[in-house]
Amino acid sequence: MNDLSPTAFLVTSSIKVFLVFSVLLAVVALMTLMERRLAGFIQDRLGPNRVGPFGILQPAADGLKNILKEETMPATANRFFFVLAPALAIVPAVITFAVVPFAAPLETPWGTVGMIVADIPIGILFVLALGSLGVYGLFLAGWASNNKYAFLGGVRSASQLVSYEVALGLSIVPVLMLAGNLTLPQIVWEQQQLGFWYVFPLSLAFILFVISAFAETNRLPFDLPEAESELVTGYHTEYSGMKFSMFFIAEYSHILTASALMATLFLGGWSIPFWSGDHMIWYEGMLISGFTAAGEPVAANPAWWKTLLTFVSFALKTAFFVLVFMWVRWTLPRFRYDQVMHLGWKVMLPVALAYVMALAATILVLDQLGVEGFLFGAVLTAMSTLATVIFVFFIDSDRLISGSAVSGTDREVRSPVRTVDRPTLRPGSGVGAGR
Amino acid sequence: MAATVKVMRRPDPGQTSYIRATLKGMALTFKHMVNPKKVTRQYPEEQPPLSERWRGTHRMEVHADGRPKCVACGLCPTVCPANCIRLVGGEDDQGNRYPIVYEIDEFRCIFCGMCQEVCPVEAIHVGVHFENAEYTRDRFVYDLDRLMEQDHPTTLLWDPSDPRSE
Repeated sequence: MNDLSPTAFLVTSSIKVFLVFSVLLAVVALMTLMERRLAGFIQDRLGPNRVGPFGILQPAADGLKNILKEETMPATANRFFFVLAPALAIVPAVITFAVVPFAAPLETPWGTVGMIVADIPIGILFVLALGSLGVYGLFLAGWASNNKYAFLGGVRSASQLVSYEVALGLSIVPVLMLAGNLTLPQIVWEQQQLGFWYVFPLSLAFILFVISAFAETNRLPFDLPEAESELVTGYHTEYSGMKFSMFFIAEYSHILTASALMATLFLGGWSIPFWSGDHMIWYEGMLISGFTAAGEPVAANPAWWKTLLTFVSFALKTAFFVLVFMWVRWTLPRFRYDQVMHLGWKVMLPVALAYVMALAATILVLDQLGVEGFLFGAVLTAMSTLATVIFVFFIDSDRLISGSAVSGTDREVRSPVRTVDRPTLRPGSGVGAGR
Repeated sequence: MAATVKVMRRPDPGQTSYIRATLKGMALTFKHMVNPKKVTRQYPEEQPPLSERWRGTHRMEVHADGRPKCVACGLCPTVCPANCIRLVGGEDDQGNRYPIVYEIDEFRCIFCGMCQEVCPVEAIHVGVHFENAEYTRDRFVYDLDRLMEQDHPTTLLWDPSDPRSE
């Protein structure tokens, strides 16, 4: 996958691991600030703006506070799992980012370095596997706290993540069908070659992926595991200090990874639209930018400024989805629990299955007809747009997710006026009689 | 006044929407997000507007030569409902009365402003001021020097013949 010597590979990989890990945590810290400031703006407030210019040092102040705070340990908690749970929550959340390519390969004097921590062949499966490991942290936290609210939060997170994992996996299948590969750099490359970001030819898959990702990251409107108004704060009710902030770091890293995945799978990753200078992929040990008409690979010419530009492109796309995550959070109220399960099993799963089938049939027909390139993408776009319109039409007319409103007759059926038979109180009877 | 009841009609299922309503809601929150008009007051830099009749921290008026205007008549400790003023009067060679001790316990004070109303020489005033934070409790007993140092505007007394200050 690269032309580096083993020593250079080791060195560059170590540097990448260190850099990506620190940048990830720094961005996560800034995201907490962004969330609070956005919340302020949406509610016509200013948000935290006192620590440093524009409040930029607020996360540092928060971190310092959380480190200095007392770590409480409930007397009846299971000590081992209570301490283990925050670590289990944060590790998968941070590791997942390793397979996301964040820029075009960088040319160095020692060879061309891929801007991805681990370009493993199973790419997207690694993300799914580790992404669902995160639920162990939340569930263990709920169970080990020995607190009914924490436990309910943990149970909810487990059932919710299991339910939406199915739809998440099925919404990725169309991407894999088009790209024909599991590694994320290859998926980016295929999008560059097709000339379409997958958000257009696979629009319904994109919508399903976004909804599932919201559920997977426990963000509103799917934040039932936390559910402040019902469960105190759900699974992390009993946590304080740094263990509490570990759960928060885990949640925000999940958001960041989910946003990066949306950008990579559906918005062309680090590629820059309408520019072919950034088309690069490893092909049989060399970095190529395409093939000649005769099928000969053409060597790519990476440059540091291309890496920089593509990184900016990737960062902007990711930041956009992070913004959407926060924007939605401060707009929508929480679903009821039955609505979450209904949406997951009775809407998302059948729709995703039907869409995969329909898309597979369309691709098969197009392949048989020998349609390629722009027309291929255009036909798929038309087909997916139609599917999206049908999906939105059915979802929107209250056939599938019912609102909290009930009609007059329905309400009377559910809560009839109750008449209570009270024993008649006579003077001289009852408690105060003998006085 | 008769109570008015507004009956809210809830839409029937089938008439509601989720996606359109969500998009509408997101448009609304976006409008607020980019709207530069915020309700937050940047407090220490931006002071809240106070009424001219705001009754806050006391101040003692002084003569041009630096003596307090107080003549130690004893009316303010008498009228004070919270009993927070301690006054010990004295007399100088010319027979002028002056306060030897004049202390106001700002913790006991209820800021009714009656000391200002009753003062015959317009010496003691309540003022348009509210920032009184201190590190120790005893700092809240203001002595005569402290009262004379205060330089915030004094409160405009309520005038019965002009009840709305017009």
